[in-house]
Amino acid sequence: MKLIYEKSQPGRRASSIPRHDGLPEPDVPEALRRTEPARLPEVPEFELIRHFTELSTRNFGVDTGFYPLGSCTMKYNPRVNERLVTLPGFASLHPHQDEDGVQGALELEWRLQEILREVTGLDAVSLQPAAGSQGELTGLMLVRAYFEDRGESARRRKVVIPDTAHGTNPASVTMAGFELTHVQTDARGNIDIEDLRAKVDETTAALMLTNPSTLGLFDENIEEIERIFHGAGALMYYDGANLNAVCGISRPGDMGFDIVHINLHKTFSQPHGGGGPGGGPIAVRGILEPFLPVPAVVRRGDDGGFGLDFDRPKTIGKVRGFTGPFGVFVRSYAYMRMYGPRLREMSEAAVLNANYVLARLKDAYDLPFDRLCMHEFVLSARELKREHGATALDVAKRLMDYGFHPPTVYFPLIVPEALMIEPTETETKETLDAFCEAMLAIAREAAEDPELLKEAPHHRPVRRLDEVRAAKSPVVKYGFAEHPQPDAVAR
Amino acid sequence: MTHPYLALTEADKAEMLRTIGVSSVEELFRDIPGGVRLGRELALEPALSEQELSAHLAELAARNVDTTRELSFLGAGVYDHYVPAVVDAVLQRGEFLTAYTPYQPEMSQGVLQSIFEYQTAICELTGMDVSNASGYDGETVAADACYIARHATDRTTVVVTEATNPQVRQVVKTYAPGFGLDVVEVPHRNGTTDPDELRQAAEGAAAVIFQQPNFFGCLEPAPDLAAAANEAEALSIAHVDPLSLGVLEAPGRYGCAIALGEGQAAGNFPSYGGPHYGFLAARQEFIRRMPGRIVGETVDTAGERGYVLTLQTREQHIRREKATSNITTNQTLLALGGLVYLTWLGPQGLRDVGETCLSLAAYAKQRLQERSGLELLFPGQATFKEFAVRVGRNAHDVVRDARERGVHPGYALGRDYPGMDDVLLVAVTEKRTPDEIDRLADVLAEVAR
Repeated sequence: MKLIYEKSQPGRRASSIPRHDGLPEPDVPEALRRTEPARLPEVPEFELIRHFTELSTRNFGVDTGFYPLGSCTMKYNPRVNERLVTLPGFASLHPHQDEDGVQGALELEWRLQEILREVTGLDAVSLQPAAGSQGELTGLMLVRAYFEDRGESARRRKVVIPDTAHGTNPASVTMAGFELTHVQTDARGNIDIEDLRAKVDETTAALMLTNPSTLGLFDENIEEIERIFHGAGALMYYDGANLNAVCGISRPGDMGFDIVHINLHKTFSQPHGGGGPGGGPIAVRGILEPFLPVPAVVRRGDDGGFGLDFDRPKTIGKVRGFTGPFGVFVRSYAYMRMYGPRLREMSEAAVLNANYVLARLKDAYDLPFDRLCMHEFVLSARELKREHGATALDVAKRLMDYGFHPPTVYFPLIVPEALMIEPTETETKETLDAFCEAMLAIAREAAEDPELLKEAPHHRPVRRLDEVRAAKSPVVKYGFAEHPQPDAVAR
Repeated sequence: MTHPYLALTEADKAEMLRTIGVSSVEELFRDIPGGVRLGRELALEPALSEQELSAHLAELAARNVDTTRELSFLGAGVYDHYVPAVVDAVLQRGEFLTAYTPYQPEMSQGVLQSIFEYQTAICELTGMDVSNASGYDGETVAADACYIARHATDRTTVVVTEATNPQVRQVVKTYAPGFGLDVVEVPHRNGTTDPDELRQAAEGAAAVIFQQPNFFGCLEPAPDLAAAANEAEALSIAHVDPLSLGVLEAPGRYGCAIALGEGQAAGNFPSYGGPHYGFLAARQEFIRRMPGRIVGETVDTAGERGYVLTLQTREQHIRREKATSNITTNQTLLALGGLVYLTWLGPQGLRDVGETCLSLAAYAKQRLQERSGLELLFPGQATFKEFAVRVGRNAHDVVRDARERGVHPGYALGRDYPGMDDVLLVAVTEKRTPDEIDRLADVLAEVAR
């Protein structure tokens, strides 16, 4: 398919911008004036719409079909939320508008904070972080500020992370200026408690843990882990990536965690948008509230109105602009109000769906940890690879031919040929069954005709793409007259 | 009891439990120790129907005074530019809206090609060689650039001009300690930055960040500021308004190492501060230090052109603690909105919107001086779409009184700059008309001084 730049013809345009007679001539000092125009596409409006509509048909979303991408919680995104976010009182609201002109927005943010406090079992919330990984970084900044305040920051340098963690955890540790300590996973898929005991001491600042873990397993020793960390004077950080498993059932605060980030784009249905936007609010125990980012959204005691409080002397500062991604808050708040206390049913359905698919697939694929799972589970294509040469990637690509988005592959890193499957709660049993049938068929195909897998996908707009070539000599923008043409590229 | 977002019938559940080999849903949670269970219902208000939900949110929205209800000259980082209908139409395509990060390229050519086109548009706007797929906002991309500079130079200070957006400076300061960076600010002199003063401050620094147009709306001597940074071998980083780049020179043309900024003005609604997108583009030499997603062109096994996420060994899911950033979720959908908007504009539209802003702002300057009797804070400084005026008394009071007359006259600068308690920052986008500017002038004539 052509790039929009390849459809461009000089003299065409989709826009018309108001011009006014009798105003001062537009004037820019010559030394600062643009010399060469930006080569933006020149297309009429209908070509623009056709181009992006065609592009959309070459993409697959939750609206298109089943998307069991592990750890991403690809649930249905309610359409009413898309309507609500366009209300002019939300979409056209300027963030510097005075407090009396944003009472509805502040009340929504305050109410969302209250719901998140209840769902996490913690005391205070900041909505500011833009996504989960920024929530992590913000949480680690709070850890640093807390220990600085206590005069312990010089020695509390280490953050403990299990080997199943998302890559964002160690990356956030480095960006926050801490050092990493890795702990292992034991034979049941829990943190190895003996390994942990040996590694936690007075130099430990915090633990970062996803629970249930990226293996989809709830750590059975969470109470002992809590005793080890708090016993050593360290803090506990909860990566909320898998909160969809436990809403209304077990709260991070009840598990002993001091800081939590919530992925609004996972658990609370902000659409993923092809990679964003997200929302990564953090909830904390009261001892950490003074350090939260500014401004805080508060309810004023005197008149019940809502306000922004910038006067927080111990704050870490700001981690992004304004109070956070407000449009995301509108959608997630709406989503949570559609459930209320029934959020528990959401998590129960997610866990039931995952266990059902697991039960149907575990004889055809390897199951590294044979336990009931939570909202997701990890299989391995190790045997398929050994016996038939078909890898997890081959399975993933073949699934596309059956009309399903593949699961997450090759993660977590401790499981070879990993296939990480998260059905979510928003699927019918018929869809789950169809997916299981496809997975079982692919396991049979791997034995009978492994080339069918290796050459997959067969029915997508493109065949398997050469990622090595892309990285070797990167072409990361259109080159206009010098751009390699598809035909030339093909040879 | 059914729920619109759930599907399992009682019969489904019974059969699924049988297949799993447990007797109840409760049993699925047996690995969770009793001591950490909630053991009660969540204390939340009861579930709403869609109709009740819509009424509740409409009521909250109605208690906000948005730019459709009040004539607004607010800017200061977020701007009331026109967002064409084509943006909404494209972003509401479910295939874009409800997709994840394109890890599986054969399922995601739509998102991948559009990001490639976005990267091209950002490089064209800024005159740079490489753009990432977006950052969170105009604040965090500045912090990202500091991380690049820290590692590219192994130096430990960054210089930021005082005329740079205060929120950008705050976010950089919040991130800096973790990066092992100190932040030094260089004051403005009569509304712009002195290149000589900047050159001295840049000595030994990892990077210099300045904003063009700056927070006061003034046009910095940007080529001289970039040269000052480059002479000190600090990375020169320009924080730019994308909608100014039809009329103002591209940072790549005056020697900047990195150009970045807030994308909101180009294709996103103000939305009370987000979600928007930050853009970040750099010279080729920094490609392997870029944070976040980058899309590259390649071929499939049949030789057909296609697009993939590339240079992923920079990223957290591969490189973990040695990654160039922890970012994973970014702002792809909003960046797609930016691409659609820039495609809608085209090169001539980009220039037109810049020129209309320039003319209307120049007219507003005239009217506020002549009709309202106000003085410009920095007379003689060239500006783009925003400018600062003295209003003779506390600007917050002027805002309050003007709003009683249905006009929000601008941003009170005293919050960020000592000694500017009587200064308003007035933003004029192409959405304003000469009549509306006359009305602003009339209202300020009444309530200012």
